[in-house]
Amino acid sequence: MSDTADRVKKIVVEHLGVEADKVTEDASFIDDLGADSLDIVELVMAFEEEFGVEIPDDAAEKISTVSDAIKYIEENKG
Amino acid sequence: MRRVVVTGLGLVTPLGADVETVWANILAGKSGAGPITKFDASDQKCRIACEVKPADHEYGFDPNKRVDHKVQRQVDPFIIYGIDAAGQAIEDAGLTDMDESTRLMAGCSIGSGIGGLPGIESESLVLANKGPARVSPHFVHGRLINLISGQVSIKYGLMGPNHAVVTACSTGAHSIGDAARMIKDGDADIMLAGGAEGTVCPIGIAGFAQARALSTNFNDEPEKASRPYDQARDGFVMGEGAGVVVLEEYEHAKARGAKIYAEVIGYGLSGDAYHVTAPHPEGSGAYRSMAMALKKAGLTPDDIDYINAHGTSTPLGDELELGAVRRLFGDAIGKVSMSSTKSAIGHLLGGAGAVESIFCILALRDQIVPPTLNLDNPSESCLGVDLVPHTAKKREVRAVLNNSFGFGGTNASLIMRKAD
Repeated sequence: MSDTADRVKKIVVEHLGVEADKVTEDASFIDDLGADSLDIVELVMAFEEEFGVEIPDDAAEKISTVSDAIKYIEENKG
Repeated sequence: MRRVVVTGLGLVTPLGADVETVWANILAGKSGAGPITKFDASDQKCRIACEVKPADHEYGFDPNKRVDHKVQRQVDPFIIYGIDAAGQAIEDAGLTDMDESTRLMAGCSIGSGIGGLPGIESESLVLANKGPARVSPHFVHGRLINLISGQVSIKYGLMGPNHAVVTACSTGAHSIGDAARMIKDGDADIMLAGGAEGTVCPIGIAGFAQARALSTNFNDEPEKASRPYDQARDGFVMGEGAGVVVLEEYEHAKARGAKIYAEVIGYGLSGDAYHVTAPHPEGSGAYRSMAMALKKAGLTPDDIDYINAHGTSTPLGDELELGAVRRLFGDAIGKVSMSSTKSAIGHLLGGAGAVESIFCILALRDQIVPPTLNLDNPSESCLGVDLVPHTAKKREVRAVLNNSFGFGGTNASLIMRKAD
């Protein structure tokens, strides 16, 4: 597992209060991890802080699973 | 007429996070005061508070018991305390499994005096230092005063009235009084009512200290700082926590065989119409509030055996409240016991009236009145009044009066007695 994936999962566990083994790459934030739309806003902010990337609103709207987040960060981090 | 009784209690305080532990500590004369640990207070004029203790403390509070991890991350301490105290009260009342028709007639009236001050402070710093795009999306609903009632209603499915009083330090008493009226009026059969506060943060302490409201002479002896009616008193000690009761329509409670602690029989309210922080010089607002509660209860001062005073340990406020009680009670002043439990847990601001009403209810239950700590040298005006110095006192307790007064000149009084 990549370093990015590890760090993303750690943030998700901390913010959503879910068990680490539930945070698979296929997991949907809303359907599988109990997040609401504001939780996703907060997660995106945490990713931006952690990785020093900017995730504009239109890109954030397309992030619905853990792997969506990892992929976006991998492709855009400096 | 619909009668209103108390069928459940919940407390989160600096002396414990369950009703029996808190009450035992109060009766034992323990103090919840200490140096501020939540932040570095070394540059503050006041460096002490009555903080809710961490989970590993002998009588600490474990938020994980009743508050989801995600909610804990999003909301201010006052909401966490309020959710937990409400949960305790629901469990105590045996109402954890209400059916839908019961929940349609069950509501919440849990307020706060100030609300999410720590979060407003910290998020303002985020705004200043990192810009608006870093402000939490949970900022607003994690700080709003009505969000204890909101969170509790969502957690337990309570679809009745959803209300939140904001009357500074009278909040807890007004919350219970207003909720009792909602039950009387038939708006609800069950109401969770109370108040919470959590403002032990740099701007909270600085703000009250700048208003000259906090004790600053006892930074090295925190347990001695809250000393209502004592000559050396110099301001209040900030407390934090929550108190929530389950109020229930009497027949409803009886039909389900609920344990009934007490009946709410009198509620009085008034405004000083005088000054934003100073109490009226003749205590006229306090007098009218108590007189209204007595009239509603159909009692005379002779019937009241215990008064849980507002008694914050400020030089002016204590004297004026005592003067108002003296004028209202006349000769009956010699028979009543009056104490301030703020001497033990500090001033819980918006939570005070609810927490102290619970102490009144426990005084009725156990026929014992809690002490006023640190009352070494009572002010001259205290002569002839039993202020229950230092130690709890066994005595007959037929009816109790709780007073709460707040900034803005807002006053509330509640009278309760044992239900037949």
